[in-house]
Amino acid sequence: MSGPATPSSLVPPLGEPRPQPVPEVHETTLPNGLRLIVVPRPGVPLVELRLRVPFAAATARTAAAHVARSSVLTGAVLLGTAAHDHLELAQLLQAQGAELSVSADPDRLLVSSTLLPTGLRAVLGVLAEVIESPAYATGEVAAERDRVVERLRIARSQPGVVARTALAARRYGAHPYAQQLPTPEQVGTVTPAALRKLHRERVLPAGSTLVLVGELDPTEVADVVGTALAGWTAAGTAVPAPPVSAPAPGALEVVDRRGAVQSNIRLGGAAPGRTDPDLPAVRLASMVFGGYFSSRLVENIRERRGYTYSPRSSVEHLAGGSSFTVEADVATEVTGPALLETWYELGRMALLPVTEAELESARRYLLGTLALGTATHSGLASTLSALFGVGLSADWLADHQRALATVGVAEVAEASRRWLHPAGLTAVVVGDAATITEPLRALGPVEVTSAAVPVAGA
Amino acid sequence: MTAVDADLVLRHPVERFSLENGLRVVLAPDRSVPVVAVSVFYDVGMRSEPPGRTGFAHLFEHMMFQGSANVPKMEHARLVQAAGGTFNGSTHQDYTNYFEALPAEALERALFLEADRMAAPAITEENLRNQIDVVKEEIRVNVLNRPYGAFPWLQLPPVAFESFANTHDGYGSFVDLESSTVEDAADFFDRYYAPSNAVLCIGGDLDPDETERLVRRWFDAVPARPAPPVPVTGEPSPTTRRYGIVEDALAPAPAVAIGWRVPDPVGDFDTYLGTVLLNEVLSEGDASRLERRLLHTDRIAVAQSSYLGLFGDPFDVRDATLMLTQVHHPAEVPVDRVLTAVQEEVDRVAVDGVSGEELGRVKARVEVQLLHQADSVLGRTLGFAAAELIHGRAELAGELAARLARVTPDQVQTAARGLSPDTAAVLELRATGGKS
Repeated sequence: MSGPATPSSLVPPLGEPRPQPVPEVHETTLPNGLRLIVVPRPGVPLVELRLRVPFAAATARTAAAHVARSSVLTGAVLLGTAAHDHLELAQLLQAQGAELSVSADPDRLLVSSTLLPTGLRAVLGVLAEVIESPAYATGEVAAERDRVVERLRIARSQPGVVARTALAARRYGAHPYAQQLPTPEQVGTVTPAALRKLHRERVLPAGSTLVLVGELDPTEVADVVGTALAGWTAAGTAVPAPPVSAPAPGALEVVDRRGAVQSNIRLGGAAPGRTDPDLPAVRLASMVFGGYFSSRLVENIRERRGYTYSPRSSVEHLAGGSSFTVEADVATEVTGPALLETWYELGRMALLPVTEAELESARRYLLGTLALGTATHSGLASTLSALFGVGLSADWLADHQRALATVGVAEVAEASRRWLHPAGLTAVVVGDAATITEPLRALGPVEVTSAAVPVAGA
Repeated sequence: MTAVDADLVLRHPVERFSLENGLRVVLAPDRSVPVVAVSVFYDVGMRSEPPGRTGFAHLFEHMMFQGSANVPKMEHARLVQAAGGTFNGSTHQDYTNYFEALPAEALERALFLEADRMAAPAITEENLRNQIDVVKEEIRVNVLNRPYGAFPWLQLPPVAFESFANTHDGYGSFVDLESSTVEDAADFFDRYYAPSNAVLCIGGDLDPDETERLVRRWFDAVPARPAPPVPVTGEPSPTTRRYGIVEDALAPAPAVAIGWRVPDPVGDFDTYLGTVLLNEVLSEGDASRLERRLLHTDRIAVAQSSYLGLFGDPFDVRDATLMLTQVHHPAEVPVDRVLTAVQEEVDRVAVDGVSGEELGRVKARVEVQLLHQADSVLGRTLGFAAAELIHGRAELAGELAARLARVTPDQVQTAARGLSPDTAAVLELRATGGKS
């Protein structure tokens, strides 16, 4: 069914590809160790800023506390400095059309902003204050902590969040990545002193990268940044996440969410990292399987059977290990059949070759969307931040494009056998256990756990 | 327009022409990256639906991806994606759009695909049953299986408005969706998907003369049909305060939404711009009035946001439209305390006004947000298309920052005086889920 349909003879052929602009990347390292990446680029008169600071939990033992502290720090860091209170900081930024947004993931802290080019000096000034002299005042931290606790309760009532958290816990076991969302209780114990200590020990210029993309003069920017962040002299070296070891997948876990009208199916396993020669083939295999609308999984469980709205697979990278993941939110009554079809399509990938047409489609899509994703200031800034943040450079983009262009059917088959086979994936389903457990047992062993969240009718 | 204003106008010229069949075409060339965006906006949205057919505009949007006269099922996606492009569609209050972002060399292919389904989408019983199932799963993901899923966009309109066009569930009841027939879909297509009821907008790396030739090659043959009248969505202004309560069994904490009727977003555009900036003063970012008051001064909320139009774009909606403020607050905080604080902040602007300094900062922020939307070829193209369809002038999308820059503190104060508690619609969401 998923072979190449014969296109109508009316379909216009594609024209000659036009050359992709190659980003002009200026890279320097400041005396304090911060790497600065500046990309002058025509387009809208804006500047995109990304400061990436390594922020992994060092060990599994400390991960829960680290994640809890990080969840408060991301908001509290903006609530005042030695020179300005929260409102003054916000107004200084707003005058340049900017905001600072701070987020944390299992590897890094990311400070992002979009600003008018004339405001670069002012925004860097605020950034320097926030990095070098955050107040973490007792009252502000307590208020932020209370807000985070409430927001976590709301987040943990979202089935997608429950599923993601459960899959991470099961996949990563004793690795720090198993802790992706703190509990309200852990957050409730975070103190200003703990935030100051975390900030002092981990918000370091060494290992951090600052990316600026947009209407910029690289020489002038290097001076402005060097001056603005000269006072960021905290000493120390970045702590990387330990490498992930792949545990055996184990039984399918059903997380009970009583009365749920849908089940959230999540599968996950290891994938090759950004520099692994297997990566291009695995990305292409993931596309053919479920990575875009033209995939086998979408055709099967959405367009043929109507089980789900938005099934998808993807390859994601964390510093300690990459992942291949599959997601589908399906009607409760078809949970078993939907998982069966998903396994069937994974098995086909692992055991039978894809067609040349499938491979060509996936290849052109990956190359095209890579170009689309870097055709904006914001897309390019985020892409470069992720690459430089893990020690790669902009060259990775061109190398990866070249590698994607040469992968053949045999390599996709080999990569699928190794990385996409269903027996190698950890599986979690969040849903109404009373209805879905028995059908799922037909496919293999099942363990039922209960969701630590409110459910309908409870 | 002053020199300063001119700097705020997006540097993108717009060209337009119409075909014999009534299709309006807008071209927004920009050759800085080798990317084109193709979009078709049809003048039919959730507010066009008749009683008994709730959710039909959105269901029909799904049908437009099921193939067409010369394109088998799944092939629309394949032809776009195998060219290195992305696609989607979305159903709004007042329009439905379809769009692709592609490498420039795939422009003609996208035009072929849009023309083919504008002429003859594959409306079959099998496709319809399949997409009713898919839409039901979409509604379960976004509404039924999650907390706050209908809040407030499906739950506030019945409290705030009177007419069916404005009050009904635009996602659709399962009863209405399941009873939809192929005949309903064919009728809907005949009535609303005429070329004269659509705008085709193409942006990015294109040559205008060559593109006009390609547009004519593929769209001239789409048969002309009369355009339906624009649906009547305006309503008399409310004269009373209205209050509704909903229970959410999945929600762990309460929330509240307030909707105020605002000036006609099209017919009274200059007045409306005052409301647009008022909304930013009140709610956008850490320096905004409501963020300060609710989260930091009183500490009675964990999140607040305000916006114009149910989907958050102030410039793609017709009358009648609301400014909405929604607040998530802890269960220990009584809802009346939140409502009082919000109205006090509105009243402060109404009585004391805003300083030129504060308004200047807010305008800088708005300008950045407008430029950010225009960063991508697709974002820019969708903005031009919506402005052409709703306001009759694509150019307006490029002029918004300059128009907003001319709004005075007096206009913002006047807008605040229009947000009276005596004519607001309030929706209280009570969390009736289990306790964590």
